[in-house]
Amino acid sequence: MRHLLGIEEMTRAEIERVLDASEAMLEISQREIKRVPTLRGRTVINVFLESSTRTRVSFEIAAKRLSADAINVSRQGSSLSKAETLADMARNLAAMSADVLVVRDSVAGVPHMLAERVRVPVVNAGDGCHEHPTQALLDAFTLRQSLGSLENRVIAIVGDISHSRVARSDIHCFTKLGAEVRVAGPPTMMPAGIEALGVKPCFSLEQALAGADVIVMLRIQQERLDGALFPSVREYSRTFGLTQRTLALAKSEAIVLHPGPINRGVEIASDVADAEPSRILEQVTNGVAVRMAVLYLLTGGES
Amino acid sequence: MATPDLHLREPSASDGRVVLDAPGIQRATTRIAHEILERNPGAEDLCLVAIVRGGEPVAELIGAQLGTLVQRAVPSGALDITLYRDDVVARGVRPMPRPTRMPFSVDKKRVVLVDDVMFTGRTVRAAMDAVLDFGRPAAIQVAVLVDRGHRELPIKVDFVGKNIPTSRAERVVLRARADGELEVAIV
Repeated sequence: MRHLLGIEEMTRAEIERVLDASEAMLEISQREIKRVPTLRGRTVINVFLESSTRTRVSFEIAAKRLSADAINVSRQGSSLSKAETLADMARNLAAMSADVLVVRDSVAGVPHMLAERVRVPVVNAGDGCHEHPTQALLDAFTLRQSLGSLENRVIAIVGDISHSRVARSDIHCFTKLGAEVRVAGPPTMMPAGIEALGVKPCFSLEQALAGADVIVMLRIQQERLDGALFPSVREYSRTFGLTQRTLALAKSEAIVLHPGPINRGVEIASDVADAEPSRILEQVTNGVAVRMAVLYLLTGGES
Repeated sequence: MATPDLHLREPSASDGRVVLDAPGIQRATTRIAHEILERNPGAEDLCLVAIVRGGEPVAELIGAQLGTLVQRAVPSGALDITLYRDDVVARGVRPMPRPTRMPFSVDKKRVVLVDDVMFTGRTVRAAMDAVLDFGRPAAIQVAVLVDRGHRELPIKVDFVGKNIPTSRAERVVLRARADGELEVAIV
């Protein structure tokens, strides 16, 4: 693995290798001295051209726990505001002997474009509506922790499937690991031809959740709330929100994931988000371990 | 001597020259347990830390003996040193790390690192760095089943099961036979 650009490009064996390495990384975060010397003297540059707290901090902590130096670049205050092209900026960062570039951008395909232009491993930390591979890997890791294996598990992904890079990466990841994936949302949020990805589209929450082992609730993006996609927040919440009542449709031991940040009372009720079936905070903890594993494996330079 | 977790390093391993058989391993670990007690009277503040994975079955045997001798369980952990290896830090090979289990504090403890084979000394160097990340032990000692020589670092062994002269090119492995018995072989 030279870059981590998307789950779509990964084989099942490559996914499992990241998950296996994450097991060891998780233990490091539980120590009093949360640091190993593995990436001593390496430099990880986080280029976050779209706002983010959780993912950027998670990558920064991951780099530091491996003893790498982590540098953060955001759009504001960068030379992009002087009309430097993205590719030129990336070449300059690489010329300062960066060992990994972690890239987030609101435009799909930016990490791929940069990967072709620099000789440094590139990690996609979310590109537009395309992919968010480390989120899918940490979701799969969290599920493996709770369920052992994803083989033949029924996983329902609910929300704005069309615009969600998490949904796309999760779909690729979960299906490659042998799960049965259903997707659900209002018709305006369901892309045509989604079946081609090997998932079952559902147009009601009831249909999606019946007998599910796992429910992945996607964040409803506020910026889309008053658009044409659905009439009102209340209506969305009533038809596709996860509450104690709708949770009961799934298996009794079903678990709930959410990539965060959560909109309490919109896609997920507080008493579900904070209760036993929720693995939302475990996802955040595991995110650091999974990103440590990704940085460790990519800096090896092997195929 | 059931060690279900010990994966065969050589899947078709019946070849090579066996230099230590199961009774030999039993005798060696029993003797090491006595020597550890002699050096650390009453096993006060003693803990065993196996180096993953070859050290684990050896530590299990030594721990069982110590337990019988002092009539209580001696705390034991398992340390994966992959992320501390100097070739991983410097050159960038990427072996799969495995979880470390250190269910106790090593502060003020007498830590006995346990491995199967002592060779260049680089593994023990890495293991000492790793142990020190868990606290400040009163002492660190090293027990190995086999010392095959060829040290590349100034590291000594405190407890040895058997010294076996080898050439640098040979490989010395602790492995489980099909019937579950452990043996050490040169391959």
